[in-house]
Amino acid sequence: MKIKFNRKMIGSVIAAIAIYAVIAILILTGILPRSMQSLVVKISYYVVLALSLNLIVGFLGDLSLGHAAFYAVGAYAGCAFALYSGLPLIPNFIISLLIGGISAAIIGFLISCAILKLRGDYLAIVTLAFGEFIRSIVKIIPGLGGTKGLTGVPSFDRFEGFTFGYAVVIIVIIILCNFTNSRHGRTITAIRDNAIAAESVGINIKRYKVLVFTVSSFMAGMAGVLFGFYKTSVEPADFTYNVSIEVLVMVVLGGMGSLKGSVIAAIIIVALPELLREAAAYRMLIYAIALITMMMLNSSPKFAALKAKALDRLYSVRESITAVFKRAK
Amino acid sequence: MFTPLLQVENLEVNYGVIRALKGVSFEVGTGEVVALIGANGAGKTTILHTVTGLLPAKSGSIVYDGHDLLKTPAHKIVSMGMAHVPEGRRIFGALTVYENIILGAYTRRDKKEIEESIELVYTHFPRLKERTKQIAGTLSGGEQQMLAMGRALMSKPKIILMDEPSMGLSPLYVSEIFSIIEEISKSGTTVLLVEQNAKKALSIADRAYVLETGTVVLSGDADDLMHNDSVRRAYLGE
Repeated sequence: MKIKFNRKMIGSVIAAIAIYAVIAILILTGILPRSMQSLVVKISYYVVLALSLNLIVGFLGDLSLGHAAFYAVGAYAGCAFALYSGLPLIPNFIISLLIGGISAAIIGFLISCAILKLRGDYLAIVTLAFGEFIRSIVKIIPGLGGTKGLTGVPSFDRFEGFTFGYAVVIIVIIILCNFTNSRHGRTITAIRDNAIAAESVGINIKRYKVLVFTVSSFMAGMAGVLFGFYKTSVEPADFTYNVSIEVLVMVVLGGMGSLKGSVIAAIIIVALPELLREAAAYRMLIYAIALITMMMLNSSPKFAALKAKALDRLYSVRESITAVFKRAK
Repeated sequence: MFTPLLQVENLEVNYGVIRALKGVSFEVGTGEVVALIGANGAGKTTILHTVTGLLPAKSGSIVYDGHDLLKTPAHKIVSMGMAHVPEGRRIFGALTVYENIILGAYTRRDKKEIEESIELVYTHFPRLKERTKQIAGTLSGGEQQMLAMGRALMSKPKIILMDEPSMGLSPLYVSEIFSIIEEISKSGTTVLLVEQNAKKALSIADRAYVLETGTVVLSGDADDLMHNDSVRRAYLGE
């Protein structure tokens, strides 16, 4: 059992490095067009956002419509630090990333304490309100540039942007995989399954809710910093509830509680409008139809069987690759 | 000298403006099986939820083993040796049978003792042992009820509170569940049983309380109540 797990891990590591190498080469050699290059960075912070929201919506089972709030706090805190610190680029980014994450985690902690007694629709509405509330607060805090926001945030070139974005995504995936497969992960699933039963076996539901919101906000905050460094500016208009809804669509589309699904859905939803740019006038129409089709396919059992078959084949390919790797060693 | 393990006095609970409990008092002694019987809406489940901390009380007192339960949060009550089998077979449907059982030992740390408890649960419920890897949501109703009971036993309780264990089960399963409750009681665990099936409940209980719209209207030895005329008419359908 354990050996199999390790082999799987080796396979995942190889896959992660291979994907990185391929995209890095494509960017460095200029094969990837410029618009696609920036898209790669955009995908990275949306993947982090979708993964972090999945922890709240998919694993804990609470519908949060205010994810943009944590994203905004992270972006503003991290970028404000980056602007005023004047450190060299890379250490500046890493410290900003931590500051963004921690600030968002603090806000996530406070907000989750405030909404502990709410469930379902009420929770959704209050988180939605918090999202807009944070956006308004940011406008009036001196030093954050009001409605114009912060400009002149230090920026990466596209390759650096991709590298750091990719690194953050991998770190988040590793944390979430370990977290969801741990005792804590099972406890959270139990709370989602049946809150009363969870309480009856002695689980402190409130503590876990706060924990999940805090971890999730930390990750959303890091996504915010990535976004700021990518766009070199942040403004309140970047964090409307549209963002929260978009990320929620990714989570639902990818499947509640499926980390893999969130990653894939985030990539598709970010890339699709860009790829459809050629079709200009019909872009949004095709986008909408594609979303509906994906939703319908995802909930169809026949398609699920097909998908399982395809995945099986993919796994056997991965197994044989790791086998080759083992022999070489 | 009768020393109650659980003592409830003058308990009043409101749902908004509705008075669900209007001053209920009862007690459960160590080793007893006590039944609370009554029709829908009499306040039986409300009592259990208030005892286990899921609902706040307006006034009154609940003392368990020297602790004031009204001041104890729900998740701490389990580690004091009180287990609750909630109404309607509240299991974790997405987890396996084994994972459900393990979660019952959530408040315990000693791995070896937990293993022993699992074996004990399997001796009470051999059916669960056959299905350890099955997803709990796919069990039959009776098996789910067994799982909920087995899970509650995993906390090694001094007292176990059961809410309508017979609800929605076939007569065959009802008999099986009740004989297991008797077994659990014989192995030294105190049982507080809430039931609509008064006949079954009185047949295994030592004492019982009859509830009507938020108050205790009758109480006494289960055998006496079984032969009480008004109980027979109202709850035993005779």
